[in-house]
Amino acid sequence: MISLRLSLALPAALGFAALAAAGEFAPAIVYDFGGKFDRSFNQSASEGAERFKRDTGIAFREFEITNAAQREQIMAQLAKRGSSIIVAVGFTQASAVEKVARQFPGVKFTIIDAVVDLPNVQSINFREQESSYLCGMAAALVSKTGKIGFVGGMDIPLIRKFALGYVAGARQVHPNIEVIQNMTGTTPAAWGDPTKGAELAKSQFGRGVDVVFHAAGATGIGVMQAAKDAGLLSIGCDSNQDYLHPGSVLTSALKRVDVAVYKAFSDAKSGTWHAGQTVLGLAENGVDYSYDEHNRAVLTPAMKQRLDQARADIISGKLPVPEYRAQ
Amino acid sequence: MSAPAKLPRWAELGLLPAVNLVAALLLSGVIIRLIGESPWAALKLLADGAFGSQEAVGYTLYYATNFIFTGLAVAVAYHAGLFNIGAEGQAYIGGLGTGLVCLWLGAWPFWVVLPLAILAGAVGGAAWAFIPGWLQARRGSHIVITTIMFNFIASAVMTWLLVNILIKPGQQSPESREFAANAFMPGLHTLLGKVGLAFTATPLNLAFLLALAASFLVWLLVWRTRWGYALRVAGQNPAAAVYAGILPPRVTIAAMLLSGALAGSLGLNELMGAQHRILLDFPGGAGFVGIAVALMGRNHPVGIFLAAVLFGALMQGGSQLSFDMPRVNRDMVVVIQGLVILFCGALENVARVPLAALLARLRGEKEAE
Repeated sequence: MISLRLSLALPAALGFAALAAAGEFAPAIVYDFGGKFDRSFNQSASEGAERFKRDTGIAFREFEITNAAQREQIMAQLAKRGSSIIVAVGFTQASAVEKVARQFPGVKFTIIDAVVDLPNVQSINFREQESSYLCGMAAALVSKTGKIGFVGGMDIPLIRKFALGYVAGARQVHPNIEVIQNMTGTTPAAWGDPTKGAELAKSQFGRGVDVVFHAAGATGIGVMQAAKDAGLLSIGCDSNQDYLHPGSVLTSALKRVDVAVYKAFSDAKSGTWHAGQTVLGLAENGVDYSYDEHNRAVLTPAMKQRLDQARADIISGKLPVPEYRAQ
Repeated sequence: MSAPAKLPRWAELGLLPAVNLVAALLLSGVIIRLIGESPWAALKLLADGAFGSQEAVGYTLYYATNFIFTGLAVAVAYHAGLFNIGAEGQAYIGGLGTGLVCLWLGAWPFWVVLPLAILAGAVGGAAWAFIPGWLQARRGSHIVITTIMFNFIASAVMTWLLVNILIKPGQQSPESREFAANAFMPGLHTLLGKVGLAFTATPLNLAFLLALAASFLVWLLVWRTRWGYALRVAGQNPAAAVYAGILPPRVTIAAMLLSGALAGSLGLNELMGAQHRILLDFPGGAGFVGIAVALMGRNHPVGIFLAAVLFGALMQGGSQLSFDMPRVNRDMVVVIQGLVILFCGALENVARVPLAALLARLRGEKEAE
């Protein structure tokens, strides 16, 4: 009997919810494969959405993608069910956003890390090379062996962008520094494999590396753990990861996806949201290196001064940072 | 080990899988209860999400299409006594063939592109399966090891190709450009539209019918030809096969070629039918799901079809479930799918013994009357 009543009540309840949502502001966010708890890129996006909810009391819908066909389906469904703005996290969502945004010209879309040129799509990109550059400088300043490491997720343009900035920054400090680079894998599983991340970091340590930077999503958790276990240093990525192992994390290459998501939601609510391309770098506070109570012990004031000088020079254009361009 | 209890055919094919499925769903219900949601509402969302609307059915069958191809691939190898766990890599490389045909010849008429795309997919998948097959037949390298290693080689090759060569210039995502519209596999909604039937637009496409045709051909080949007979004999007893004049190494290679060709056809559905471009990791694990599908479907095309639809339904229904019930997140959906595989695949003999005893008792009572 109970089950029967439930089955009758449920569609009605869902129906009401959908009706109620139609007139109200209903934001939504679609995460990529990494999932919202990757402590890195997607989690940063999730934090932005959560902060919006805390500040405004407005709930949002969210979904974690598990296969390619879902992207289009879920976005279309969100649009159909009255979402006012849909934030798509990650460059892999670009083609789905392009298709669905065309079908639903009245719905606002914000895509992060890709460009979709449509009148109802806002594209937000970051100059990751700028924060990576500063992290490369920090690594070179602190390295005693003259060898630093980089662990990427997959060999894709976005990660090359990080690597290129990192190497350039390190070379600016020590032109002869050796940078050992590894990619974790060739399948998307590479973004969620902490064990392999730790193995790669250990093998780099074995070759003399004493600071390692990761741009590998949840895989980076293993990289940072390995550095902590070996008594060496790591550099975090996307989110501020200094708190994970205080004293062992030199700094983090921040990518303020949270700010971008928060802003997209609140702009859409207040009516100031607009389509088009936005590129966020050091100057716009879209990327940065982290400095807080967790890494104050390892990032000395002298180093910080040097980094801040470079930061100012990059913003003013005096210090050019190489950018990887997908050809 | 004693032989598994004998069941009548109807119970073997219908009752036992149903009992296992119900057991898996019951346990899933307990877990859903534990995380504080109503199991009944969840089951309803799952079923509705998989079959409750045209859109739901479309997506379910679209996923099922991939699983039919990979399930058949695993089954054909299985009949030859080979455990091909490389369907994932064969689908990847086969899809590359299909994708390249669509990229290069997309301007040609569809009815010219289609046979070439089918051929290229089959050749790509078969070529990728040939090497492990040859190594097994001529050098005795175990097929399980080589095929799984070839999965990794395939994904390394594809990542390299997509990042460095096939990528559409000026974008972040390692994807090729979109195929020309001529190379799109027509959606089933357009085909049905032509005969006056309305169907919601979904990724379900002509490849579904091709998968059904492939199922029929596999049945014909394996059970109704001399070649299929040789395949099954070599699989069940290689020594007897030699005595009967069959050359098992040759059968091994031929079976792997066919298996790879079937897996390689996945691109017809996924790339030509749905994504319309070559992208990273498009097989999305279908090669591994194919193993479960083949085992559950008793390596028979009809069983494979039913199992593929079940897994398609779990995939589509599961995605709807986590959409409407956010507390059942995607990891929970994987748990439910895992339980179904566990009960229907690994634990199927657990229910068999009591079921056989029960049926025997019932029959005994009837006879006593």
